[in-house]
Amino acid sequence: MAFDFTQETVKAWRRENGRVGVRNHVLILPVDDISNAACEAVANNVKGTMAIPHAYGRLQFGEDLDLHFRTIIGTGANPNVAAVIVIGIEPEWTKIVVDGIAATGKPVEGFWIEQNGDFETIRKASWKAKEFVHWATELQKEDCPLTDLWVSTKCGESDTTTGLSSCPTVGNMYDKLLPHGLYGVFGETSEITGAEHICEKRAANPEAAAKFRKTWQAYTDDVIEAHKTNDLSDSQPTKGNILGGLTTIEEKALGNLEKIGRTSTYIDVLEPAEAPAKGRGLYFMDTSSAAAECVTLMAAAGYVIHTFPTGQGNVVGNPIVPVIKISGNPRTLRTMSEHIDVDVTGVLRRDMTIDQAGDALIEMIKRTANGRFTAAEALGHREFSMTKLYRSA
Amino acid sequence: MIANTHPQLLVHDKADNVGVVVVEGLTAGTDMLCVCTEDNSDFRLTAKADIPIGHKVALKELKEGDTVIKYGEDIGKMVGSAETGGHVHTHNLKTKRW
Repeated sequence: MAFDFTQETVKAWRRENGRVGVRNHVLILPVDDISNAACEAVANNVKGTMAIPHAYGRLQFGEDLDLHFRTIIGTGANPNVAAVIVIGIEPEWTKIVVDGIAATGKPVEGFWIEQNGDFETIRKASWKAKEFVHWATELQKEDCPLTDLWVSTKCGESDTTTGLSSCPTVGNMYDKLLPHGLYGVFGETSEITGAEHICEKRAANPEAAAKFRKTWQAYTDDVIEAHKTNDLSDSQPTKGNILGGLTTIEEKALGNLEKIGRTSTYIDVLEPAEAPAKGRGLYFMDTSSAAAECVTLMAAAGYVIHTFPTGQGNVVGNPIVPVIKISGNPRTLRTMSEHIDVDVTGVLRRDMTIDQAGDALIEMIKRTANGRFTAAEALGHREFSMTKLYRSA
Repeated sequence: MIANTHPQLLVHDKADNVGVVVVEGLTAGTDMLCVCTEDNSDFRLTAKADIPIGHKVALKELKEGDTVIKYGEDIGKMVGSAETGGHVHTHNLKTKRW
């Protein structure tokens, strides 16, 4: 069955800034690591809220601090989030996060622990969190165009089957939906190594191509070359990739790039966690290839659904963004099907075409947007991993 | 499609010199149905080893130094040999990059 993508709608929440969210979280968001305990206490007091503890936020500086704020603010600003309680150790950085999230128009309130202690902070924040939950749970879903969604992608525990089935499935979805206005994003800078010349050619304009080349070269020089001990053979491809039959980084990269389909081109290159600013279309984001880090950065940029091809069976999830798993590996479906949302093993048997697999993924995106829990949500996978650029002061 | 027409080996591109095993428990001596996904053409090849699902098979004899082609692209060089139908992986294939 072919979809008329322009007519497809999903039931979702239209936020104050016009963006469409597919979940309705009330977040209890720590500015820094030492505010995790207070956030978790508030989330325990008030049902229907979720704390997102993380490892950083003190003594960071420069670009690394900018990325920290961008990630925290972006997470709170994501349309899957209805309202946010922000808790930090002191008022100034707390206020930066509150103001950043408040720019979306959604309810947000900040609390700080110095001069209050955990007890008083938790008491005040719990009252406000309860008010937010009552408010958020009465928000009604409305019909929103499918192509108003922002859909990200990154694959994990890849093997040779991802390049044959699950990655081209995502590519087919992008080829079908991007022309109608979907926002997309792919990344994994180091994992493009081996196919960087092909990726460069998939830019929609010379500026994006030059920006990609510069970003890829910087990652290669400043991260890989600066820190590698022999080569990347011990981690890229990963041990899981190698068990699955991938041998070289080139082979892995070529499979990875299948996620952007046959015709899609990217219009700009984003910094980690940077929100796209050049309108509807596909973007490349400078990210690591580690699953939780990459999905966290894409969620912080405002993407509301993540499509995740896997071969050997990566189990990653995200606290605020539903992660849809797609696999074509029959052994993975046999041994760990509880993690897989879209089974495309038929592609390897040649009784399912990539076109049919792409339609199956679009159908699952619609169901997920309408409220279906993904496997990762049902199993409680809420990995929130901040990317850190260098050591703190 | 009936079960005995399911391929054991898929090849991305006509220019490739390796294919990928797509079934579990493939044993040496299996007369494999091989399909090229580029144009759905097929051919047959005998597996020369027990090769795990996802792993690569040489479509022609590959000698040390030969370039391995998959997706129609260079994915590395042979650092050992593989006979036609033999296993190609980390023991005989390496990136040219590092």
